[in-house]
Amino acid sequence: MPLNRDQIAQRISKEIQDGFVVNLGIGIPTLVANFIPEDKTVMLQSENGLLGLGPFPTDDKVDADLINAGKQTVTAVPGASFFSSADSFAMIRGGHVNLTVLGAMQVDQKGSIANWMIPGKMVKGMGGAMDLVAGAQRVVVAMQHVDKKGNPKLLEECNLPLTGTQCIDMIVTDYGVIQVTKEGFLLTEHAPDMTPEDVAKATGAPLQISPEVRPMS
Amino acid sequence: MNKVVGSAKEALNGVKDNMTILVGGFGLCGIPENLITALRDTGAKGLTCVSNNAGVDDFGLGLLLQTKQIKKMISSYVGENAEFERQFLSGELEVELTPQGTLAERLRAGGAGIPAFFTPTGVGTLVAEGKEIREFDGREYVMERGITGDFALVKAWKADRFGNLVFRKTARNFNPMVATAGKITIAEVEEIVENGQIDPDEVHTPGIFVQKIMQGPSYEKRIENRTVRA
Repeated sequence: MPLNRDQIAQRISKEIQDGFVVNLGIGIPTLVANFIPEDKTVMLQSENGLLGLGPFPTDDKVDADLINAGKQTVTAVPGASFFSSADSFAMIRGGHVNLTVLGAMQVDQKGSIANWMIPGKMVKGMGGAMDLVAGAQRVVVAMQHVDKKGNPKLLEECNLPLTGTQCIDMIVTDYGVIQVTKEGFLLTEHAPDMTPEDVAKATGAPLQISPEVRPMS
Repeated sequence: MNKVVGSAKEALNGVKDNMTILVGGFGLCGIPENLITALRDTGAKGLTCVSNNAGVDDFGLGLLLQTKQIKKMISSYVGENAEFERQFLSGELEVELTPQGTLAERLRAGGAGIPAFFTPTGVGTLVAEGKEIREFDGREYVMERGITGDFALVKAWKADRFGNLVFRKTARNFNPMVATAGKITIAEVEEIVENGQIDPDEVHTPGIFVQKIMQGPSYEKRIENRTVRA
């Protein structure tokens, strides 16, 4: 059984260390916030100008002037700060954000990512994604292993317009955990009930299997 | 000298066809909503608008897309606006998609007298095509240009009569940089106070950057994604 969205998010939450500043993208990455252990102090950064993102507000606390990068109403935790977009991207581009988690349409074996445009079809824009992949200390992708038609999303080379080159460190999909190494994709964990060979078959580039590969717990 | 004007219409006196207009806000948060409506009502056409987003179909800059007053948009994300996508895909609207951090820095640089700068963002992507690439300390960077505008429209929470501005929560976003980069910067605010009533330590944008101030008659402050705890 492939993992569900919550299980992908839960696995990524294990990458978060005490004291980290983390920027979570829209979709599965947002769910990661639900699995941060309470014994860790983590500040979530929202690129529209908030460090110290809190949970969604109760109905009586909704404030149009307090939103996250997905334009959802949010709250701020004690110790939070507000700042301009220029300061926000000084944090991001300047390498001060420890970890960012993003969705992707494609990732290739060199760690390049495409997640902002399908030529002639979808033009939403890159938002802050290009800055995040260029500047965050560590970049983790959360995505489905194959697209809706069953085509692999992990490829030898992305064929959609890139968001960034050679910037992805790790990918967590519903099929497993893949590290991006100098030698390409390396499978270190696989979904329970799937074999490493099953994962390799669904991958559009050579997939090395770690000697320590294990089922995801 | 009196920077306070009575209406958005009066503040926009001097806006002409083909001008470049910088507009603060992120999504619908912190947008100068009264100035945008008044900008539509000037009827000015062929505008280049610089704004992180393009509003939604019936609010924010989406209003000026409906009336086809915008010739070109410089933005980072336009996914909430179906009319935008339609005009872009049909070739009616020219669009320069710019990474969000690059857009913020281009405005900051423009307002600070810096014509260009180098950033790692976008190297190896469509964004860097046709631009100068230079290596510093073993890493490649792309040259991006500063942006200035004929008018800059910002939304602040409070202003004093000199134009010192205080923003509120995440409604700050692009407004401080936009304020620095306009030949004429207009701040629309929820409240105008006397000089001295804003602590100098709490000023976000010093009044030197603001030429005109107007208090909005009302604020809808529309919420794009109202999300509450379950």
